[in-house]
Amino acid sequence: MRTNPMNHCHLFCCSTLVSLAVLGSGLRGAEPAESPADIAFFETKIRPVLVEHCYECHSGQAGKSEGSLELDSRQSTHDGGDRGPAVVAGDLQASWLWLAVSHADNDVRMPPKRERLPDSVLADFKRWIERGAADPRTDAPATKAQAWVKAGEDFWAYQRPIESASPRVSDELWPKKPLDYFVLAKLDEHGMEPSSDAQPKTLLRRLRFDLVGLPPSAEDLSRFQKQIDEVGLDAALSLEVDELLASSEFGERWGRHWLDVARFAESSGTESNISFPYAWRYRDYVIDCFNNDVPLDRFLIEQLAGDLLPYENDAERARLLIATGFLALGPKNLDSVDERQFNADVIDEQIDTVTRAVIGGTVACARCHDHKFDPYSMEDYYSLAGIFASSKTFFGTAVSPANRIGGDPLLLPKLDGQKVLHASLPKEKVDKLKAQLAELRAEKAEMEEANMMMFSGKKPAREVTLSDALRVFWQSGGVEGELEKVSDSGEALPLTMGVLDRDKIVDAPLLERGDINKPLTPVPRGIPQAIRIHGVAQMPGEESGRLQLAQWLADPAHPLTPRVFVNRIWHHMFGTGIVATVDDFGSTGERPSHPELLDTLAAKFVQDGWSIKHLVREIALSRTYRQSSVYRDDAFQIDPENRLLWRASKRRLEAECIRDAMLVVSGELDSDRPVGSLVGKVIGDRPISLIGLDKRLPADLDGSVHRSVYLLVIRDRLPDVLDLFDFAEPKLVTGNRETTNVPIQALYLLNSPFVIDRATSFAARLNRECDNNEQRIRRAFILCYSREPDEVEMERSTRFLTDENSATDTKRFFGFCQALLSTAEFRNLD
Amino acid sequence: MNMKTNSLEASSVPKMLPSRRSLLKTAASGFGYLAFASLAQQAAARDAASGTSLLQAQSTHFPARAKRVIFLCMNGGPSHMDLFDYKPELKRTAAKGTKSDLMPSPFQFARHGQSGAWVSEVCPHIAQHVDDICFVHSMNTDIPNHSQAFIQMHTGSFQFARPSLGAWSLYGLGTENTNLPGFVTINPPADNGGAANYGSAFLPAIFQGTKIGTNQIPGFYAAILKVDQDPGPPLKNMSNPHLSVEEQRRQLDLIRDFNTRKLHADEFNPEIEGAIESFELAFRMQDEVPALLDLSDEPQSMLSLYGVGSGLETDRFGRQCLLARRMAEAGVRFIELTSPVGWDHHFMLKDKLAESCRATDQPVAALLSDLKQRGMLEDTLVVWAGEFGRTPDAQSGTGRDHNNKGYTIWMAGGGVKPGFSFGATDEHGHKAVENPVHIHDWHATLLHLLGLDHKQLVFNYAGRDYRLTDVYGRVVKEILA
Repeated sequence: MRTNPMNHCHLFCCSTLVSLAVLGSGLRGAEPAESPADIAFFETKIRPVLVEHCYECHSGQAGKSEGSLELDSRQSTHDGGDRGPAVVAGDLQASWLWLAVSHADNDVRMPPKRERLPDSVLADFKRWIERGAADPRTDAPATKAQAWVKAGEDFWAYQRPIESASPRVSDELWPKKPLDYFVLAKLDEHGMEPSSDAQPKTLLRRLRFDLVGLPPSAEDLSRFQKQIDEVGLDAALSLEVDELLASSEFGERWGRHWLDVARFAESSGTESNISFPYAWRYRDYVIDCFNNDVPLDRFLIEQLAGDLLPYENDAERARLLIATGFLALGPKNLDSVDERQFNADVIDEQIDTVTRAVIGGTVACARCHDHKFDPYSMEDYYSLAGIFASSKTFFGTAVSPANRIGGDPLLLPKLDGQKVLHASLPKEKVDKLKAQLAELRAEKAEMEEANMMMFSGKKPAREVTLSDALRVFWQSGGVEGELEKVSDSGEALPLTMGVLDRDKIVDAPLLERGDINKPLTPVPRGIPQAIRIHGVAQMPGEESGRLQLAQWLADPAHPLTPRVFVNRIWHHMFGTGIVATVDDFGSTGERPSHPELLDTLAAKFVQDGWSIKHLVREIALSRTYRQSSVYRDDAFQIDPENRLLWRASKRRLEAECIRDAMLVVSGELDSDRPVGSLVGKVIGDRPISLIGLDKRLPADLDGSVHRSVYLLVIRDRLPDVLDLFDFAEPKLVTGNRETTNVPIQALYLLNSPFVIDRATSFAARLNRECDNNEQRIRRAFILCYSREPDEVEMERSTRFLTDENSATDTKRFFGFCQALLSTAEFRNLD
Repeated sequence: MNMKTNSLEASSVPKMLPSRRSLLKTAASGFGYLAFASLAQQAAARDAASGTSLLQAQSTHFPARAKRVIFLCMNGGPSHMDLFDYKPELKRTAAKGTKSDLMPSPFQFARHGQSGAWVSEVCPHIAQHVDDICFVHSMNTDIPNHSQAFIQMHTGSFQFARPSLGAWSLYGLGTENTNLPGFVTINPPADNGGAANYGSAFLPAIFQGTKIGTNQIPGFYAAILKVDQDPGPPLKNMSNPHLSVEEQRRQLDLIRDFNTRKLHADEFNPEIEGAIESFELAFRMQDEVPALLDLSDEPQSMLSLYGVGSGLETDRFGRQCLLARRMAEAGVRFIELTSPVGWDHHFMLKDKLAESCRATDQPVAALLSDLKQRGMLEDTLVVWAGEFGRTPDAQSGTGRDHNNKGYTIWMAGGGVKPGFSFGATDEHGHKAVENPVHIHDWHATLLHLLGLDHKQLVFNYAGRDYRLTDVYGRVVKEILA
């Protein structure tokens, strides 16, 4: 029987959640645990009915308490009104709510003057009360804000991180960096020992993949060994790390980590998947930021509010506008039938991405109800919604038969040497398009008039068919899209995705149950109540407030941002974060394995100017990072997941590393940055479902020898290698990629054109560089695994290469090279 | 059905792995880390602990009526009142002229079989099988828009990324044939959510559907551009152009030897153990899959039955249905076929719906006959369903709009009542009024037929137990045989 792999943990999880639920409500005493199913039942079946039929007259929050009864909190519902308790868990006949809605008592029939509620609803109430009347609502809505603040004061992640002194350790000689003291102290606590240092070759391979995403060359390996011999391991490592941090490949590796979190993609995804032809500019911006070690606080502010920052010249302005692409790149339902719903969904996606990415929070859960476990209220959500509702998102896709919603592109200042990938148009063509648009608009006006005539019962001048209306709508969209991309003279304009403030700054209304048709009072724009930071500016009247939101997120005193980022960096260096749930620092997330270490790193990170390179360097030069990954039975029995870091974790490489390593090994990697991607260059602005027809696009959507970070990224249609090897789902904030192990990956390695081409070039390279099989085998092993073959491997390889069953030497040699690229060791790190 | 049936045997695991019990004990005693470990780690831990593969056949919650599912997905929303939900009142009301926008069906209906089910003249072949079919006339779903309804039909939720029906089924049951993927989807649409409709979301990725056939081009564009909707080859990377099978086997032996050596050196490394397994399965797939996809060994009588033949309207769906039967026979657990013709008949319904039927009616009927004749219909659940139905009102005079409030799907075999009709829409077919069955109820019922309790089939993700049916779903016991 398929049982849940985590059933055994329920006790643990539930007790945590219950304690937090109590904490969340602030004032509530210990309540019996209510199952998630019961809560869900309440939320879906009971609460909506109470809201719709009862709150009108019985809501403390609304100041309505007919018969002294308020039904909008758990406590007041249980306390009841003049007649007695409205709900007694498990006792229908004592529950006045039941007696009233079921019309069991002639005096009280609720809702008043209306038909009895449907039987199915009554059955729900009956079931709810009989099953214990689960009710997660907080007791006193009036004090909810205080309760949130209280929760913020209590929960570990909302406390400002405090730097700790390095703890005492059993072996003072072991640590190389402050972080090592914390790791060793924890191992000491559990009576465990760290592992010895890894072999230099293993270490160099790990280091190069972690820092720049590429394997070491044979020359790198011998030079590193030589350095060690001359200046010792510590100094040799230090030199190596500095060199890697300074290389442009660092940004290509680490920029991609952020692109995972930023759910970067070059198409809208969802149903009518339309390409985003300017998204690549944001990709390049991110890579450059990592190479230039732009401080993380600045990096965040640029992405949230680059358009609102001062600038010295057009180049800087362009860069800052491109940065705001972060907010515009999200998946969009361009097939939406309702533009208001579409806009609400865009805002929701922005709130969700920003909070998950930056503070590991699920604020977007509060769209329809107060957050169940974390201190985010609906007011918090709609105070953020106002900020984004006051901003316009430019995503630059035209209306077409595939999508009803279009979006403007964002115009960049013109710069020398700027790349613009779409074509200019002759002036005559522009004039023609303008004329066409004018005609279409006239026709539209004519049709609208005809419709008006119809409505008023008169005979219209022309008959309007649905196909006419659609034709005008689609054609106008297409022509508008063409015209947006060029100047009046037809010159192709530099465009990007991004965000600007709207002319009108608004506060967003709180939407009852998140329903756009049920707006309540507007909530002043602001930041979540639970995390107040002294001195953060108020929301300005004349700007959206994105800058203030960004400054709050990037404030040195923010408890979450530095922790979340330090943890993301740790995750990439060790394979698992100190908090394993890297995107969830809320109460449903994991607690840190080394809380003091996390806090100390976070505090130091801010002190050191939010420098990512600095922190990567600290970790790379630590003793902890240097450990061997060799299995130790004693330690494994205690800590199978290696959460205490008794060794280096073995990891499978990401898709990009696997592909790039093949290109390095075959000697084919073109390390220059290509301009744009296939989306900008070939696909342009159109539905993704049609690209299968385009013969210019390779079937595997690859066909390049550039680094994988420059492959196109379209939602639901990734290049084969990315799709197969667990690329980050570009619809979601992804701080931690999956690692799967499925046969279609094997088929790709065994049979795909890409791997076959690499194996062919790899074989040719070895033939060029070596004279005999022994040399070739030796070199192949060094290139693929950063180590020499042992005797058995040499013998096995030689046997394969001289097997007379295979037709030719060339074939055998090709087969050998492809085999090495397909082995697990090639795509795994020790 | 142990996947480790190849030469490696258990020798590929050099170290005695800790028992599941001891692993759990470790977790409980100090760290609780497993509670928050990544899925891959959980899966690895579970595999390591039990020594079995995730895909291994599982026992069910109760005896299964169906061992496998063939889901005939009618993309676009077929019009129930023009196919299986006979509405004479529509004609009468329309004739009175009081509600002039009602559109009577342009097709004649007749009763068929012993069950006397009404079927439209455009489905003459399916009509012959009504005594094997269980119609549900009272389906309803939440949103009358393709994308949302299509995703809800496949995953239960149009708002959140959730595992698909096929992924849940495979998660619950495991696979019957370790040479083949357990969940295959043929020609899924690139739009309406694309891969999400056969994805595994938070379930381990091994449960995701294997897509056969490239993304088809939406019919709308195909018509405008006058191109084939289905241009691509089936599964990619199924053979090596440079190496013969023998040469590749020798190459695979080399890979396996290196991997095994690495595994021995590492003592414990589930990633490498998994790689060894998946390479062997991939190699076996190469052997079995192309033959499975190649219909040339079918006798002409069989091809004719399904309507396979160049130039025939039924050719494309006939091939798909025949492939489905071959896969069912070969032990694939969940097979989904997307109709190559659309059902979104806003305009010219009389012609276009008839056209869609001509392309699918005979293949579907052939599948039912073929399965029955082979004795497979008993334990194969065939499902025919679109994401919603259509309105009784006319749209633009010649077609019908989307209708989520009431529509018809049908099932056959696999433990549903044969020759049975359940539920009803109102007299015009607008809304389900008798025994309404929501998508969640249908999902619950489908799992039930597979021997799975939709409330027990859960997966814990990010601290919460998830089900296909969320907090909803009722097994429609009335339609169980």
